[in-house]
Amino acid sequence: MSIDRRNFLKTLGVAGLTLAVGKGFGTENKQGEETEFQAMLYDSTMCVGCRGCEKACAKAHGLPEPLDELEVGVLRKTSEQRRNVINKFDTSAGEVYARNACMHCNEPACAAACLTQAMYKTKEGPVIWREDKCMGCRYCMVSCPFDVPKFEYHSANPRILKCDMCYDRIVKGEIPACAAACGDALIFGTRRELLAEARKRIVENPKDYIDHIYGEKEAGGTGVLFLSPAPYNEIGFKTGLQNTSYPELSKGFLYSVPSVFVLLPVLLLGIHEATKINRPKEEENE
Amino acid sequence: MNNTVAATARDNDGRPVWRFLLDELKPKGKWLTPFNIISIPVILLGFALIVIRFWKGIGAITNLTQEIPWGLWIGFDVVTGVAFAGGAYVLTFMVYILKMDKYHSIVRITVLNGFLAYVFYAGALLLDLGRPWNVINPIIGNSFGTSSVLFLVAWHFMLYMIAELIEFSPAIAEWLGARRARKILSAMTMGAVIFGITLSTLHQSGLGALYLMAKDKIHPLWYSEFIPILFLVSSVFAGLSMVIFEGSISHRVFFRQISEENHKAEKGILKGLSKICAGAMFAYFFLQVLVFIHDKNWNLLNTPMGYWFLVEMIGFVLLPMILFIYSYRNSNILMVRIAAILTMLGIIINRLNVTVIGFRWDASVHYVPSWMEIVVTLAVIFTEIWIFRWVINRMPVLRESPSWVREEK
Repeated sequence: MSIDRRNFLKTLGVAGLTLAVGKGFGTENKQGEETEFQAMLYDSTMCVGCRGCEKACAKAHGLPEPLDELEVGVLRKTSEQRRNVINKFDTSAGEVYARNACMHCNEPACAAACLTQAMYKTKEGPVIWREDKCMGCRYCMVSCPFDVPKFEYHSANPRILKCDMCYDRIVKGEIPACAAACGDALIFGTRRELLAEARKRIVENPKDYIDHIYGEKEAGGTGVLFLSPAPYNEIGFKTGLQNTSYPELSKGFLYSVPSVFVLLPVLLLGIHEATKINRPKEEENE
Repeated sequence: MNNTVAATARDNDGRPVWRFLLDELKPKGKWLTPFNIISIPVILLGFALIVIRFWKGIGAITNLTQEIPWGLWIGFDVVTGVAFAGGAYVLTFMVYILKMDKYHSIVRITVLNGFLAYVFYAGALLLDLGRPWNVINPIIGNSFGTSSVLFLVAWHFMLYMIAELIEFSPAIAEWLGARRARKILSAMTMGAVIFGITLSTLHQSGLGALYLMAKDKIHPLWYSEFIPILFLVSSVFAGLSMVIFEGSISHRVFFRQISEENHKAEKGILKGLSKICAGAMFAYFFLQVLVFIHDKNWNLLNTPMGYWFLVEMIGFVLLPMILFIYSYRNSNILMVRIAAILTMLGIIINRLNVTVIGFRWDASVHYVPSWMEIVVTLAVIFTEIWIFRWVINRMPVLRESPSWVREEK
């Protein structure tokens, strides 16, 4: 509901601006339709493991401040209390920090799985969760290839929790709390710009990076992109993922539904009529 | 229609319908049977656990984790339970569409069994929902997640329950002595059957399709893009095995209700069903082999999960299939029952392999259901059996319809 209000305010703002500047409303509107996905780029080579992002995230969402220490070999996971974690890895390229949070897929499995559209891919890019719609079935958790959504198992009124790229800040024109807190390692922008930036960095410093932008193709492309000096399996990433989107997997089944729904009853009726002919005295209803 | 029901009920018994219903609620016969002595404490304990679950959250009584969010309640109660309820659509297809009259006497009990299975096992789904008060959202249309397989399954469950209730409703009308209602409801049977078969085809396969997006989480021996078709085909013999199993028990427990004629017909029915089971299992086994060869997972066979896969395929598909063929050719009824039980075990194993055992088989912390999840599951099953028994003892399910039904024909 709040989104509707935001959209409404935004439209109002755009309309107001148009009136004030006096330009054609049509061009403004068209620009609105071409909204690009907002995204984030995390560059492992620049991360020093200060965990400013973790602290900023906790503060922005009213979560407890992360106090545990980073340790090589201990994989800290996101949880109901923590939406964004940094881990330390010992890799072939030395000590490397890596971030883990929602990937904000272009075509998210969680949103395709959700039967109430509680999990929702906004047109701005972030994948958000809407409390008033969710029925707590946890099918999003089953479907997410990154195991991102977390469920409050010990609550009578449980929520699904995950990073929402600070959607409330993005619609206000601000940048996510983690990116705001970080120096250079985590930057925010449109997906197109960030992809270009990531490619540029690899081309300019081929020795510092492996030639792979994680998230460019994984799961059909994600809204969070990664650069790393070491192979991704060494820094706790899932590397076997398919490059097409996950909703694609159930598309075939869903597309067959309308045909079955129309053709099967017709077939059944046909057989019913055909078998009826043999018996003049009909006793079908019993 | 209510008026009709009330009026006719008074006509038949000469007393108001509420007195009749009140009398019917009382237990018939002695109630300290071994089944009751076991089931009553389990049901009470189950309900106490359900109260705790709604008070303290799902985590208070289940062992579910963030990596494994669906456990026994989905994998067994819903996915396996619905496969077993598949007998209703297969049998209504055989009797109403193909006009195989031989099986007419077991249609009602099968439909009743299927209907109650849906009510209770899909009902068990509500226990697993974290926010069940929002369950109306996908129904009332304020947020249709039409891209979701679960959306389809949820709608189909609901519609199919209605279809099965219509299919069964003539029995309720006969019980209440509602002649006009019976006539109207009987006329709806054919439509409900056709609608019901279509819905079943789609949601039996839909239950498998739910897991299509969990591609990286299910062991490759059990994941394939053909899960929906495998689930659909296996629901045919899962449902019929349940019919054989349940029929065998009903014939003993409700012996007196069954007419001489139907007692005699039992053998022929069981033989016919075992033939159909064998056929469906052959198709299923063949499909499994094709999928296996297609996926080129030969190297996985020589692993613990591979052995388990072979146990499932050979011990619980191929073996019962051969037993069904053997029992059909030799008219061995005992063997039919053994084959049916093996098949049912095989279905339980298969559904759990996809949904629980093979799901995140590589996770560091494995999911094993807590005793409380098992007690709740048992409580759901026992409650269903209680209702099942209650209905059979009162309505003309196994016994013949009242004489006025035949007179009206």
